[in-house]
Amino acid sequence: MARYDRAITVFSPDGHLFQVEYALEAVRKGNAAVGVRGTDAIVLGVEKKATPKLQDSRSVRKIVSLDNHIALACAGLKADARVLINRARIECQSHRLTVEDPVTVEYITRYIAGLQQKFTQSGGVRPFGLSTLIIGFDPYTGVPALYQTDPSGTFSAWKANATGRNSNSMREFLEKNYKETSGQETVKLAIRALLEVVESGGKNIEIAVMTRETGLRQLDEAEIDAIVAEIEAEKAAAEAAKKAPSKET
Amino acid sequence: MKLDTSGFESFAPLSGSIDDVCSDLSAHQFFDLPNCSDFDGFQKNAIQMVKPAKGTTTLAFVFKEGVIVAADSRASMGGYISSQTVKKIIEINPYMIGTMAGGAADCQFWHRNLGIKCRLHELANKRRISVAGASKLLANILYSYRGMGLSVGTMIAGWDETGPGLYYVDSEGGRLKGTRFSVGSGSPYAYGVLDNGYRYDMSIEEAAELARRAIYHATFRDGASGGVVSVYYVGRDGWKKLSGDDVGELHYTYYPVAPSPVEHEMAEVPPA
Repeated sequence: MARYDRAITVFSPDGHLFQVEYALEAVRKGNAAVGVRGTDAIVLGVEKKATPKLQDSRSVRKIVSLDNHIALACAGLKADARVLINRARIECQSHRLTVEDPVTVEYITRYIAGLQQKFTQSGGVRPFGLSTLIIGFDPYTGVPALYQTDPSGTFSAWKANATGRNSNSMREFLEKNYKETSGQETVKLAIRALLEVVESGGKNIEIAVMTRETGLRQLDEAEIDAIVAEIEAEKAAAEAAKKAPSKET
Repeated sequence: MKLDTSGFESFAPLSGSIDDVCSDLSAHQFFDLPNCSDFDGFQKNAIQMVKPAKGTTTLAFVFKEGVIVAADSRASMGGYISSQTVKKIIEINPYMIGTMAGGAADCQFWHRNLGIKCRLHELANKRRISVAGASKLLANILYSYRGMGLSVGTMIAGWDETGPGLYYVDSEGGRLKGTRFSVGSGSPYAYGVLDNGYRYDMSIEEAAELARRAIYHATFRDGASGGVVSVYYVGRDGWKKLSGDDVGELHYTYYPVAPSPVEHEMAEVPPA
């Protein structure tokens, strides 16, 4: 088995590309990221590891915009992310220049996934060690979209998805609790999913909301704390309601 | 057998193209320069010598109902009329047409190539390409071949999500959005009639008649234009050929020959 994992361009006898699978491992060690698509807003949430005291936290933005109407969050190797994001930003502008129209979410996702795939089929290079969550509104139809790409270069559209650390538990939570939401409800759903795996509190979560009219907006700590408090209150109320009927029996 | 995909690669081959995976900036190409005192002047004269004059008349304009596109059908090689039946309006796809002025081969080839590009765009993006996008693709290709002797003066007319669209694209790499264009050696004459009779709110028949008249007038005065006037209409459902009239016959519909008064015939004086 060990013989087949040295080079990216070598298949193993049972059809695996080990380097790609190891890249997926790197993603699983990265910070948690979640994306939820609502009817008029799309939310990205990322786990923020505790910043060292002397670090300027504003320089560590984990949710970035690729264009006015497209944003991206990722899990995995942050240095690889920087390179991919730069290429995607250039492609967004290049598309605007050649066809005089903004990119659709699907187009830029296909581009990023294509780039990730290229690096699984060349000699002397390694795959990008990150999965991305790409959100945006279609510039013509206004339909919201959420896409995910991974190191193998596959991509697909999702109503809600999670990647990174403990993504399985977040996805399970989303599968159980997802329903079509709008506005603040979408934000709450994203935060609730993140809180399943992350310590509660505004300083451990980074949230950004994209709407058709106002584009991408990063929520600040105070706002996040307020919503977290709301969620805790709702949870407590639900617990109390559950306990009350059982008291009667 | 290797499949030749060079038709899909449209840009002029650069020396030493940069690949993101492996940069290779070697292999510059060289050629000898002629010995002369004024090389720039020499270059200019050389370009003028090979620059083919665009002997034709084509026009297109946007109006309330869509776009009208019209062209003549004469091909000339200097003073020799090589054909009176050239198709100068090229169908790129069911909702976009292009006109031909300049080198016939250049126009035909690059319009076909543009049709390929538009179709690939449709398949990849699940939506039609806009007229702005299609004309931009063509303009970028022509720009990359700038100075290499292509001669193309074309108008791309179509109907997309934003309504009717008309762009002028030429082999210098220029691209203009507009509502009224005429291209070719007969264009000044066509502009005269077109600008005089143009109104935004014409009916399709009125607009077609205006276009027909403008091309006819250009063929009347310009020796390099003639043959048959083709008029196309581009609307919401795509393009439609409206008419194809021989300019000789059109002349007599516009200026019918009045029978000249015949002198009284001399009748024999009846014998008294």
